[in-house]
Amino acid sequence: MERQLTLTVNGTRYDVPGVEPRLLLSDLLRDTLGLTGTHVGCEHGVCGACTILMNGDSVRACLTLAVQADGADITTVEGLGSPEQLSELQRQFREHHGLQCGFCTPGMLITGEDLLRKYPLASDEEIREGLSGNLCRCTGYQNIVAAIRAAAAIRRETST
Amino acid sequence: MKPAQFDYVAPTSLSAAVDALAATHGEGKVLAGGQSLLPLLNFRMVRPSVIIDLNGLKELAFIEERGDSVVIGALTRHREIEQSSLIASKLPVMSAAMRHVAHLAIRNRGTIGGSLSHADPAAELPMLAVFYDATIMVQGPSGRREIAAESFFVDALTNCLEPDEIVVEVEVPIPQQHRWAFEEVARRFGDFALASIAVSVSRSASDLQGARVAAMGVADTPLRLRTVEDQIAGMQINDALPRHFSELVMSSVSPNSDLHASAEYRRQLLGALAERAMTTALGSG
Repeated sequence: MERQLTLTVNGTRYDVPGVEPRLLLSDLLRDTLGLTGTHVGCEHGVCGACTILMNGDSVRACLTLAVQADGADITTVEGLGSPEQLSELQRQFREHHGLQCGFCTPGMLITGEDLLRKYPLASDEEIREGLSGNLCRCTGYQNIVAAIRAAAAIRRETST
Repeated sequence: MKPAQFDYVAPTSLSAAVDALAATHGEGKVLAGGQSLLPLLNFRMVRPSVIIDLNGLKELAFIEERGDSVVIGALTRHREIEQSSLIASKLPVMSAAMRHVAHLAIRNRGTIGGSLSHADPAAELPMLAVFYDATIMVQGPSGRREIAAESFFVDALTNCLEPDEIVVEVEVPIPQQHRWAFEEVARRFGDFALASIAVSVSRSASDLQGARVAAMGVADTPLRLRTVEDQIAGMQINDALPRHFSELVMSSVSPNSDLHASAEYRRQLLGALAERAMTTALGSG
């Protein structure tokens, strides 16, 4: 019972024929569309590496069926910025050395974008709570928290 | 780590969903937020022949005040409950507990109907349903029926639904006790609770008039501690009361040991949270 999907990823419309219902959205993005910026770690919603934005909300791509993304507007890490023009949050990750091996980074960035949009992030405790669903084995989280703290401060300045 | 094959249907009305589930003769699974079902599918711990995706049923996504209750549609996302000003003003314990429900990306997708149906004994919404004396409305081919939250959860990850029934809404009576506290400890913020307690009280200047107490992480289902409620009602309020309450709570539960914590640790933890919660609740409002 294969299906035809239409979805928008990072502003580009894709018509994808022959999608099996059991295909995960993470595998559609990586294997079918070739967007390998979204990383697959645990495949059961624990590590957060595959987090993407679906219709503006962060979701686990490994806990979403590709067929559920029919008609959706999706942003992956490739859609946040480019090497020439990083997003503000990406710039702060670079400034604060918020990544080492880079495996968790796409999920951290997408989660950070959603957190910045939805929460005041006035304290480090709040930032750490917000990041608690994303695992990083390199940084000890300190520099990731610092990057998001800086991005939240910039957002506060620009909104006043 | 990939699901086995299944057929997929995405009905756009509740009656079509009920028909689709009945047509699978027990081989189907309904998919709401998918935050519990997708891991089970990925691990192939469940292998349904058909997935019935409820996400097209916009009629089941709502939060509204109906008489003396707040009614929440089964497809309402955790994030919508977390943000709701109606929930914050009428059901403050639920509102406070929502940030403990997993993580933002999970809350964006997960639903109250899904969480109740999954019936994890350490998940917040099943415990809150028991705490609030909620009524769970379910629909099957023979119509609707109401199930009291305390009889809905029968064992760990086991509810009392028939295979052809779907949770459609949750009716939560608005309580009249305005002093409350919610306490939880998990290994990592957002993980399932090692132990958690919700308390609300009514008091005069000198006495505790009534209390409502629910706990989780200490049994195979969320618990309403009615014996403790009866024991503590009418007691005089003094500095020793939170400690006494904590002892009553600890003696009323018999948790199991697992790889996360020993039984004795869970009991002590719940006792510490109970003392803290009672102190907060008595002083709040």
